[in-house]
Parts: sequence; structure tokens; C-alpha cells
Amino acid sequence: MTQRVGIEVSRAVAIAAKLANVDVVAAYPITPQTHIVEDLSEMVASGELDASYIPVESEHSAMSSCLGSVAVGARTFTATSSQGMELMHEVLYVASGMRLPVVMAVANRALSAPISIWGDHSDVMSVRDTGWIQIFVTNGQEAFDNILCAFRIGEDRRALLPVMIHLDGFQLTHVIEPIYLEEQGDVDRFLPRFEYPLPLDPDKPVTMGAFGPPDIYTEVKKAQDVVLTSSKEVILEAWKEFGDIFGRYYSPIQCYRCEGAKVLLMTMGSFSETAMSAVDAMRDDGHAVGLLNLRLWRPFPFAEIRQAVKDADVLVVFDRALSFGGPGGPVCSEVRSALYSLDKRPKVVGFVGGLGGRVVSIAGFREIIERGTRIASEGTEQEFEMFGVRE
Amino acid sequence: MTESEGKPTWQQIEIGAIITEPGSARQYQTGDWRTQRPTYVHERCIKCGLCSIYCPEGCIEPNEEGYFEADLFYCKGCGICARECWTKAINMVEEE
Repeated sequence: MTQRVGIEVSRAVAIAAKLANVDVVAAYPITPQTHIVEDLSEMVASGELDASYIPVESEHSAMSSCLGSVAVGARTFTATSSQGMELMHEVLYVASGMRLPVVMAVANRALSAPISIWGDHSDVMSVRDTGWIQIFVTNGQEAFDNILCAFRIGEDRRALLPVMIHLDGFQLTHVIEPIYLEEQGDVDRFLPRFEYPLPLDPDKPVTMGAFGPPDIYTEVKKAQDVVLTSSKEVILEAWKEFGDIFGRYYSPIQCYRCEGAKVLLMTMGSFSETAMSAVDAMRDDGHAVGLLNLRLWRPFPFAEIRQAVKDADVLVVFDRALSFGGPGGPVCSEVRSALYSLDKRPKVVGFVGGLGGRVVSIAGFREIIERGTRIASEGTEQEFEMFGVRE
Repeated sequence: MTESEGKPTWQQIEIGAIITEPGSARQYQTGDWRTQRPTYVHERCIKCGLCSIYCPEGCIEPNEEGYFEADLFYCKGCGICARECWTKAINMVEEE
């Protein structure tokens, strides 16, 4: 019987990578991701994990090393955050374009300037279009579980795509939570051996990462988009099988107390649990409100979102990132766009907050829901509103 | 659309556009890029082969008589051979 242990979420993520029996870890430490790769480094040094640990000189080299290691068919893990992810930015596109299923834990953090080591989703949004599968987790157990799922999903022959697991910096990485750390035998049952179909092999030479002239580039990009979009089937299958083995089921959107809800709030990441408490409190007071916790960020779950909001009058979307000079929150912007073609759709009200580690409390989320409802009823919705800003 | 003839559709693209045929770059006609082409004055050529050493494309080889000439399927017309030739035996001329 699996024990539930109190453990720092970063350490649980490292243990998940170990249980996945990774062959290579190439990583560079950066707050608040450091504990993950530090732990893996110690596991390799002590012989607890039979893997190569490549202590690279930068994040750019970390991701580049990961490409090489997946290319020979090695199961590969890394982790980063914020400025580190920015430094590896150009290589992220190469991983997806070459269809190399690296798994990366991203400890979500704000971007400079001003320097902020604290959490928000600015780093995520800067890599939105890199072609990676991107999954948000709400708590430590989801982080542990989805690291395992990430290998299964990314390495599936129908996907062969890199996967980011987004966990909020500090709010998740640095807290101790009760987490089921599953048995090796069960993990092995869930996670087959990784076999890359066309690895670098001197006996069967291939060229990877060749240039694509104008007469081929468009076709390559179309193929890449189709595979990322259709990877949703692989993700759903993996989550289903994970649930059947371990008893915890995941979905692209978690609908929390949405039954009969006329007002819905949408959030991503750890703040969703705070928002759930706000929904509980408002339900207790007789308000028909619910929460949509968006887990699958890429591929974007259009059908599930349309289904989830079909009976709602108001949808309040809370973003932890800002598209400067643009439509405000990236999540709100995409949700609005996804609903535009529908004949019946809720009014969408966008808030941006929780930037650079600013806390949004249960009372705060209640205020967001109430204010969003009022804005919708008055018909005064703007592109977005900054929540909690001093004026 | 003659440019698309024989080219793969998006469904036919190999995973990650991996190329499984060794040496397929040989089929790539870089000579298409050329706006100038080298011409040769054999009376001045001393067959030293420096042009072939400097050629970034590696496409210059001696012919049956030992005179060095570029393979125009690959020659991009950069003119480095003409610039480096000691005896001024190579001249670049505009492509028609």
C-alpha cells in the first residue's frame, strides 16, 4: 500500500522523475526550481538513480543537451523557471519542431524587470507558442502525477512532443504537502520503455534538424500543428489509464461546483484551490457560482471549454500574466476567441492579478467574482481590469 | 505549381522532418542561387588548384585536361575562386 508522506513538492517532482527511471537529466539551477534538480543531482551522485546528470553552464545548454539525449532515445528530464526559460527560449522551438519528447518541470515565476523571484505566469505565456504540450497543476499531488503522465504522453508514438508541467513557484515548489509517492512496480506498469522510432544510430544513419527550404517548411509546420492538436487524445488516454491504476483522474478542465452555476470563474495553477474556497463560501451564501480550473493549456481544449460554459451567463477569467498593450490576460484572450463563434455565449470579463508573487486571498477571489458579475450586468466590460492595484 | 511536383504533402513528412536517406543534400541545386558564374582563361591557368581549396562549396575539380572548373549544379557564384586565383585565370560574368 502506497504511503502518503509529507514532502516538499519540489522533492516529490524529483522523485517522480526518478520513478520514471530517467536516463539523462541536464539542468541549471534557478529559483524557485532549484530543489528539483538539486535532489536529482544527489540521487545520481549517490547511485540511487542510474542516470547521467549533465551539469551544464546555462539553460540554453541544458535544453540543447536534452535534445541530443532524446535524439539517441534516452528518457530525458529537466526543470527551469522564468529567466532560465527565457534563456533556453530558442531551443524550445527546436525540441518541438524536431519532435523530441523532453519532459520539463517549470516552476512558474515572474520576469524581470524589476527583478522578481516570485510567482506568476509571465514565463509560461512567453513560451505559449513553442509547440510544447503544456499542463498546469494545482497542488503537489497533481505535480507528482503529471510528471509521470508527461513521459507517457510525450513519448507516445502518436505524439512525440516535449511536455511542460507548470507548477507555481513557491506556492507549490516550496510547500510541504501530503503526497502519495507511488510504488516503482505500478509506475513501471503505467510507463512503458521509451523507444524513439528514428534515433541517432551509426548503423542506421539519419539527419536530424536539417534546414527546411520554402518548398517544405509550410508542410512541416502543418504536420506539427496537427500532431499537437491531436495529442489531446493521447493526453486523455494517459490520464484515463493513470486514473485506472492510481485512482486519481485528470481532465483538461476541472469543473468545480459548476452545476447550475450562472457565474463561472476560470483560473490556472495553484490559485485555483484558493478560488475553490471562495466558490464554497459563495455557494454557502446561496450564489450559483462555480470554478473552471484550466489544466490543459496546450493543446488548447476548445471543445471542453465551450461545453463547460454553455449554461453560464458570465465567465470571469483570472490571468496571472499581462500582454502589454494588448488584450490583457492571455488566457482570457484565448477563451474569448474560442467562444466568439458561438450563438449563445456568456459575457466574458477579464482580470489580471497575482503578479510577481502578489497574493490573492479567498476574499479577493470573491471580490473578483462579484465585481465581474456586476461589470457583466452593467455591460461595462473592458479588455481587462488589473485586480488589487493601488491607485 | 511546378515547384510542388514530387514534393511531399504534410501527411508524408517524416517525424520531425528527419531525413532517412544518406547524402540527400547532393540533390540540392545550390547553383540556383547564382547571379554570376565563373569563366576560365586556360592560357593563364597553372593548374595549382587553389581555387578548389578556397571554394566554400567544395564544387571545383580538375577536368580531364587538368584544368580546375566549378560544377555549376552547386556553384553559388560567390566569386571567391576568381578573387583568390594567382594568375587571374578566372573571371566572373553575369548570368543571362
